[in-house]
Amino acid sequence: MAREEGTYKAQSAAAGGGSPRKKPQAEQKGSKLVPLPTDSLIPERDAGQTILECRHLGIDFGGLHAVEDFNFMVGKTEIAGLIGPNGAGKTTVFNLLTKVYQPTRGAIILDGIDTANMTTPQVCQAGIARTFQNIRLFDSLTVEDNVKIGLHNQVECGMWSGIFRMPKYWLAEKEFHDRALELLDVFNMADQAGAIAGSLPYGAQRRLEIVRALATSPKLLLLDEPAAGMNPSETAELMENIRKIRDEFQIAIMLIEHDMDLVMGICEGIAVLNFGKIIAKGTPSDIQSNPQVIEAYLGTQDEEAK
Amino acid sequence: MKLFKNMDKTTRSNLITYTMVIVAFLVMQGLGAIGGLSSSMKGQLVPITTYICLAISLNLVVGISGELSLGHAGFMSVGAFTSVVAVSMLQGMVGSPLVRFFLGCAIAGLAAACAGVLIGIPVMRLQGDYLAIVTLAFGEIIKNLLNNLWLGLDSNGLHVSMSNAAALGLEQGGKILINGPQGASGIERISNFTLGFVLVLFTLFVVFNLVNSRSGRAIMAVRDNRIAAESVGISTTKYRLMAFVVSAGLAGMAGALYAMNFNSIVPSKFDFNNSINILVFVVLGGMGNIRGGIISATLLTVLPEKLRFLGNFRMLIYAVVLILVMLVSNNRQLNNAFDMLKEKILRRRGDDDDDETPAQTAEGGAA
Repeated sequence: MAREEGTYKAQSAAAGGGSPRKKPQAEQKGSKLVPLPTDSLIPERDAGQTILECRHLGIDFGGLHAVEDFNFMVGKTEIAGLIGPNGAGKTTVFNLLTKVYQPTRGAIILDGIDTANMTTPQVCQAGIARTFQNIRLFDSLTVEDNVKIGLHNQVECGMWSGIFRMPKYWLAEKEFHDRALELLDVFNMADQAGAIAGSLPYGAQRRLEIVRALATSPKLLLLDEPAAGMNPSETAELMENIRKIRDEFQIAIMLIEHDMDLVMGICEGIAVLNFGKIIAKGTPSDIQSNPQVIEAYLGTQDEEAK
Repeated sequence: MKLFKNMDKTTRSNLITYTMVIVAFLVMQGLGAIGGLSSSMKGQLVPITTYICLAISLNLVVGISGELSLGHAGFMSVGAFTSVVAVSMLQGMVGSPLVRFFLGCAIAGLAAACAGVLIGIPVMRLQGDYLAIVTLAFGEIIKNLLNNLWLGLDSNGLHVSMSNAAALGLEQGGKILINGPQGASGIERISNFTLGFVLVLFTLFVVFNLVNSRSGRAIMAVRDNRIAAESVGISTTKYRLMAFVVSAGLAGMAGALYAMNFNSIVPSKFDFNNSINILVFVVLGGMGNIRGGIISATLLTVLPEKLRFLGNFRMLIYAVVLILVMLVSNNRQLNNAFDMLKEKILRRRGDDDDDETPAQTAEGGAA
């Protein structure tokens, strides 16, 4: 696990280039990160500007504390990672953030707004977009339509102007089309715009899900295992793309991932979850050397020593 | 032709459907003009257009929105009876029967849409089988309500009663519009095939345009993946309700067309069987496939009439035909065989073109 020492790299101005670049991962510049004086251990890229703050977040399923006392902060343009063994509650945290489940305890503050009592669509409009562990595309629709649906709340056009083809409809459709292709271009998928989403290869479906999420103009993008089922070269490309998205769109990204090369490669702050509780937070190097994390993943030191 | 090829797929497909409907209308009009239609077929024309409208509108709920609705005949009956009342009331005010027809249709559509909202709000809390059962119950409730509704018109205006005709207390010369289980009678027959055709075009126009708009995409998004649709900020209730209400409104207009084609209509005509019939048109034509729904609605409305010579075996044969068509159209091997045949024909046509060129050059060489 996590053999690459110091793969973590603070954002540099060069990152805004856009074209896929292969920089030597080893070069580690001086970190700009400043730990915040809160209960969060996550070092912030841009101190003081948090986009997401979870305070004592928790949910119970029956008697089970699926997530317990989850405190977490994500900076305005941070790439944060959430890792942990299977069943640790990572996806449950995403489901809490997007209000698929209403939290039993605690608060979620997005860009200074408490999201209590919001529904999933409202949270999306407030600025949280997500992808899913098991891909959830609109399978029977085209790639372009999938992105247009992502743009739903970005372009206004009511039912009546749609049915009676008012001038507003044509304007809206043109904007939908242009913006959809623009977004697809981020992942070089514009030439597949007419394909049916369900017929795309697996990797392309994952990319399309990210494009669709980006179409909602989020402030925070949640990626649930974006590299699942990808080969190493696809994963490397994905890492480049995640950085590119952050730099181009200036948004925060939080991801769940089991691929440690990816997590240690691009995440600036990482939280480790086990049995619904955060057992460690910090930079990738902090996490890699944390005995509790190693214990959670590999078992206790004692057993290994014997 | 070039313009046609440059269009995107959905526009082209929609255009084909419009053309198909227009051509079918012209052919039927032509046949009617030269006396090529039997009287039973002539009587069938308006019901056929009605069922086409109903199939298209139900397709919006079942195919596009992905909800199973078993109460479509309920909305049809709301529209039918509303239009009868509306047209009777308008008789003195509006001279032209054509204007009366369109006003009656519009009012019927509105009334059915209102019923759609009323039933839709509680129903949209449910999904799948539960939703289907509630819509079924709604259809039955409407039928029973109309069975117990007496409505009369005299110089004082409308009189309503839920017990019997005498309770209406009509003046001398007052007219009973809806007579409980006997339904409405003495209806002014202002529907005709042309108006039915216009209504089919209107229904197609509304459904196609709705589907290819922002709202339509949202409706299909909710059908394909509800959780994903919510995650991109789409209110699932709003768009499911939108499809349901638009569909109800269109069914109401079809009901108006149907009612104004007959001297009298009875509530029991709009029962569960009728709802299922419309659903069969949609399922047989392919859910979400508007063109298929139009074709199957036409064929399945004509078929029972054409099978009349079988006497008592008529409905049995109808059912057998239905089962066979379902089996054949869902058989993958047969579908593959059709596709291969199609490909072969297309390729042969291509080969012919190739053959011609060497032949021509050979001729040229000989000359």
